[in-house]
Amino acid sequence: MDWQALHLSLLLGLLTIAILLPVAIVVGRWLATTHLRGRAVIEAVLTLPLVLPPTVIGFYLLVGMGPDSPIGRAWTALFGGALVFSFEGILVASVLVNLPFAIQPAQRAFESIGQDLRDAAATCGHSLWRTIWRIELPLAWPGIVTGVVLAFAHTLGEFGVVLMVGGSIPGETRTLALSIYDRVQAFDNPAAARMAAVLMAISLVAVTASFVLSRRTNRHG
Amino acid sequence: MAEGLSIHLHQDGPIALAVDFEVTAGETLALVGPSGAGKTTVLKAIAGLYQPAKGCIVCDGKVWLDRDLGTHVPAQARRVGLVFQSYALFPHKTALGNIAEAMLEYPRAEREARATALLERVHLEGLGARFPAELSGGQQQRVALARALARDPHVLLLDEPFSAVDQPTRRALHALLAEIRASSAMPIIFVSHDIEDAAHSADRICFLQNGVSVEQGATRAILDDPGSALARWLNG
Repeated sequence: MDWQALHLSLLLGLLTIAILLPVAIVVGRWLATTHLRGRAVIEAVLTLPLVLPPTVIGFYLLVGMGPDSPIGRAWTALFGGALVFSFEGILVASVLVNLPFAIQPAQRAFESIGQDLRDAAATCGHSLWRTIWRIELPLAWPGIVTGVVLAFAHTLGEFGVVLMVGGSIPGETRTLALSIYDRVQAFDNPAAARMAAVLMAISLVAVTASFVLSRRTNRHG
Repeated sequence: MAEGLSIHLHQDGPIALAVDFEVTAGETLALVGPSGAGKTTVLKAIAGLYQPAKGCIVCDGKVWLDRDLGTHVPAQARRVGLVFQSYALFPHKTALGNIAEAMLEYPRAEREARATALLERVHLEGLGARFPAELSGGQQQRVALARALARDPHVLLLDEPFSAVDQPTRRALHALLAEIRASSAMPIIFVSHDIEDAAHSADRICFLQNGVSVEQGATRAILDDPGSALARWLNG
């Protein structure tokens, strides 16, 4: 069992959803309520990670965050070291790849609230912020949680993008999914099987917990 | 007018409006007309949820909207009680919670006491702990009415309150409206496409067609005049 890789995967998953949670709420609500003409284009761009092969996304991220890119140079100037082939690099990649997993369920949840409830909150004297806090977030919460849990489970299993952007550096970028691949390459199937079972169990528990939570939160809806 | 509500809404599109009417204190006005006449839009404009291109709304001497002067009091500050056609109850709040939601400026204890009193006023004693999904349609409407009354509104608006309810609920709502009218001087405006409901509960009728207030006057006078635009519409 590669405990270092398990720790790295869990850390990557938790940091990814910690960043994605506020992003999903802000962008999901904005997409649910905006009348902007370019909304379809924005939605399409955010959906791309779902449909593109991980190697394609990984390639673009590798080039976009590489040492010769503006982002890579800015990173080196600010923090020293390279962004690609680092934990921070795979964290950025993980956040970007998981945007649709987190945002789309949140957007659908905000859309399902309907304008009448927002108008009712306004006639109750609620400001926009109070409406979001007291009415919209409690109602959208199951969708937001579902998205975040999906993003967490997807991060644990992400392979192609992490490999392209991070390589497979032990203790730095080698996640559990990459470690399983390494073990299989080394014909160490029993170790691969143990790690695969752990990965599956964590994902199953996370997704089940999100379903239970959604049902409990939604019982009066 | 010092007391009551004065409405002037005008625009060419996207929803054409040419609506002018007044409702005095203690008066109930029925906005009547076919589907798509702009009745709900007028209610939303009064509530501050819709801004027409031109218009002026004055309530009890206070200007809520004057597009020429750039005045627009937001919905939150208008103290309008609005009962939505869909009731728009907050599904995650109990009946009492829904009513209390409109009184957040009061301390918690006072809020709960006032919400309980309002629930009794709409004859739903003992149902305060129920969620909207656990109430019948008629009960949900009463909770929505109690919530609309919770902010001590200067005007009460009801969007199609008599549609999609059965006869007993309809009769009970007419009786409840009569109680509210007897106990308060606030103007009441309700939207209806059914002339019987207007005849039952309104002092005056404003007939809307294609966004235009075609005709208005005392309920009996309009209904008894076979030459009125409303009568022509009713007779096809």
